[in-house]
Amino acid sequence: MEFHTTSSPHTRRVNRVDKVMLQVVLALLPGIVAMAFYFGWGVLINIALAVISATAFEALIIRLRKRPVTPVLLDLSAVVTALLFAIAIPPLLPWWLVVLGMAFAIIMVKQMYGGLGYNPFNPAMAAYVLLLISYPVEMTSWLPPFMLAEQPLNPAQILAYKFAGILPEGVMLDAITMATPLDQMRTNLDLNRMISEIRQHPLWGDFGGLGWEWVGNWFLMGGIWMVYKRTITWQIPLAFLGGLVGMATIFWLFDAESFPFPLFHLFSGGAILGAFFIATDPVTACTTRAGQLIYGASIGVLVYIIRTWGGYPDAVAFAVLLMNMAAPTIDYYTRPRTYGHGGGAV
Amino acid sequence: MYVESKKGKTRELWQFHGGLHLPEKKEMSLQRPLQQARLPSRLVLPLQQHIGVQAQPLVAVGDRVLKGEVIAGSAAPVSAPVHAPTSGIVLEIGEHPVPHPSGLTAPCIVIEPDGDDRWGELPEPIGDFRSADSELLRRRIRESGIVGMGGATFPSAIKLNPGKPIKTLIINGAECEPYITCDDRLMRDQAERVMNGARILQHMLQSEECLIAVEDNKPEAILAMFQQLREEENIEVVRIPTLYPSGGEKQLIRILTGREVPTSGLPAQVGVICHNVATAAAIADAVLEGRPLISRIVTVTGEGISEPGNLEAPLGMLAGDLIAEAGGYLQARPKQLILGGPMMGFDLNSDQVPITKGTNCLLCPTAKEAPAPQPARACIRCGRCADVCPANLLPQQMYWYSRAKDLEKVQDYNLFDCIECGCCSHVCPSHIPLVQYYRYAKAESWALEQERRESEHAKQRHDFRVSRLQRLEAERKAKLRKKKEDLKKPAAAKPEASSGEAAGGDAKQAAIEAAMRRAAEKKAKQQHAPKNTDNLTAAQQAQIEAVDERRKVARKKKQKEEHPR
Repeated sequence: MEFHTTSSPHTRRVNRVDKVMLQVVLALLPGIVAMAFYFGWGVLINIALAVISATAFEALIIRLRKRPVTPVLLDLSAVVTALLFAIAIPPLLPWWLVVLGMAFAIIMVKQMYGGLGYNPFNPAMAAYVLLLISYPVEMTSWLPPFMLAEQPLNPAQILAYKFAGILPEGVMLDAITMATPLDQMRTNLDLNRMISEIRQHPLWGDFGGLGWEWVGNWFLMGGIWMVYKRTITWQIPLAFLGGLVGMATIFWLFDAESFPFPLFHLFSGGAILGAFFIATDPVTACTTRAGQLIYGASIGVLVYIIRTWGGYPDAVAFAVLLMNMAAPTIDYYTRPRTYGHGGGAV
Repeated sequence: MYVESKKGKTRELWQFHGGLHLPEKKEMSLQRPLQQARLPSRLVLPLQQHIGVQAQPLVAVGDRVLKGEVIAGSAAPVSAPVHAPTSGIVLEIGEHPVPHPSGLTAPCIVIEPDGDDRWGELPEPIGDFRSADSELLRRRIRESGIVGMGGATFPSAIKLNPGKPIKTLIINGAECEPYITCDDRLMRDQAERVMNGARILQHMLQSEECLIAVEDNKPEAILAMFQQLREEENIEVVRIPTLYPSGGEKQLIRILTGREVPTSGLPAQVGVICHNVATAAAIADAVLEGRPLISRIVTVTGEGISEPGNLEAPLGMLAGDLIAEAGGYLQARPKQLILGGPMMGFDLNSDQVPITKGTNCLLCPTAKEAPAPQPARACIRCGRCADVCPANLLPQQMYWYSRAKDLEKVQDYNLFDCIECGCCSHVCPSHIPLVQYYRYAKAESWALEQERRESEHAKQRHDFRVSRLQRLEAERKAKLRKKKEDLKKPAAAKPEASSGEAAGGDAKQAAIEAAMRRAAEKKAKQQHAPKNTDNLTAAQQAQIEAVDERRKVARKKKQKEEHPR
């Protein structure tokens, strides 16, 4: 009798890439719902645009590379990239910028380097930074949470603006957009205002920006669920948030009127999203557990530095990309001690 | 963590890095009591069932042999004799498929049993082993053909002469691989044999303590072994947590002693010797009864087997015959037959290979149990492999460099400390056959080392030839010059010029030699010697030889294909 032979181990494998990616998508959902609740239909339109264009670009390139398309699309990595990008950009961003961002992320940052697993930079963040530098006005025109919106737009009006640049009669763009809390804090601090003064603005909620704090909260829930399901390890998010809060606490204790309180840093911008969903992208992060602590903490510290003294109000994308560059070196110097190479009880 | 290991005694346990909780599937083969396999019509005994030098046949075709008679042996220090498992006639001595991942054939002695099962003359039992000389016991163990029965098949007698004081003797009954229950069955049913073996081994090694380690998923075996303990002896039964691969020698040493075997070193270096429970039982038989190693317990299991269970099989019984004893295959066309467990066992391409001293399990899974691997996807560097690696390696980095064929780099990541346990492959979300990449990288590294040695040798010969020719040339020139000088002598013209020329020639020669020496040194420095290949364990050496053998076969085959005539 002839048997077919394969290499050991001969077990049913327990994990799958597409399952991992699906878990990331599921963990994002509560935060996405919260975002859509506070910031309107634009969020969902961005997501639809990004997912469709990312999938199309991925399929196109895989075809050009003469590889089987279906398994690559089914690994859902393009969908995760699209989601992370779509929730980082302003809800009113013109449609072609969304598509441009996805083209850059999927074609240049991901597939040009060899596709999933080979890209040194986080595609969603690279695309975000490209747009932020090239189209700073569009990328910083955020909507206020619905409670503060004086002239809320209905879905048709949002579509009209995103696709044709047409606003309803008598509405000015300045009237419907508003700075993000981070932006507002930055601008006012630059004007030498006191933090207690700045916080009088209606944009501020209980522990962060109004609306933002709850979006961050739901992303936090999703992130904790991913740690629980072992989709991600605890090292990167904990070190990231630790680094950020650590820096914030030191400076806040030093001067509470010039440096915002630590919770502000956690719940006003992309810190939670970044810590659990962006910095943890395994492809571009460190893989050794010790390295992940260094990597995460460094991103946290960089976020604080850029937010406080840099030119941009939020800094997660820059910090993540900077540390992406350092990841291989950190990995090299944090290799674990192999069994039998010194150490061990005697 | 502390566990009770003996009445009124607790032991501290340590942990190794990583490991996996796997579905055990052990109950399947524990439903039936130990079964004696009936003698088949033919026994095929490979001359090499151990690591080391192959045994040479001591019988000829047509000879009548008796049960327990030596039929092959070797005077080489690292070797093991083969005994007739039953009485019968030698049918054939020749090449026969043997259990090997590559489906190789090897020289075997084929015996047709006569059905009498008549014992030959056995050596005198050594009942009072405590007053026996260690050397005598060691010789008995060697002559009984006993090798490591946990799968390593290293001749046991050699491990009993460590040349270093041994603090801890470990009897390995962990049996951590799923499905396999032969050691469990042995400890449950024949605890006394195992314990006697442990006593003999402890006496021979004069170890301070003897620890019989059993995973805590085998309470019956632990109880049976506990009942054999005696107050006055320094033997303990240690219940270790079930965690694959706790039965790996290095991992078990770590669990029980907290110490780590240095890389490419031996357990004796940290004062430890490990023997499998089945080996201990075989040693007890050899010493107390004079019975050589001619049979072993094999687990025949998997959802593709009608009556899974443990069978005591004579060595040389064909896997197919043994499976027939276990009720045969359930399916008309079973898809896979694994020798060993699901994690580290290898696939057989035929069931017409014999049971040997190291065969612990035949596993016939259904397609549902062991699905064919899905196509591998790209590594996403999630690091789960590193989390479970019991050697604390970085499998994803090793994969990366193996794939890139950067052998130097992959050795930097301690490739040779990989025990090929399969944990990394098991958890990989991209279904990459990681272990296969490491085997490939190891084989390539050995081949490269071999090539390097050969080219070094060739270069030395070449350099020697060049310097010899130069020397001859110089000698010829010197002779010529001398002749000329002799001719010129009467004239006695310009003697200083000719001597200056000679000195110039010598200086030139010296410069050439110095340059050659420098070049050789530089070359030696540039060549990167694979790490861990100088100080190989016997098991690694055997692997290397097996790989070389496969290469040779493959090369021959290729040549044949290229030049059919």
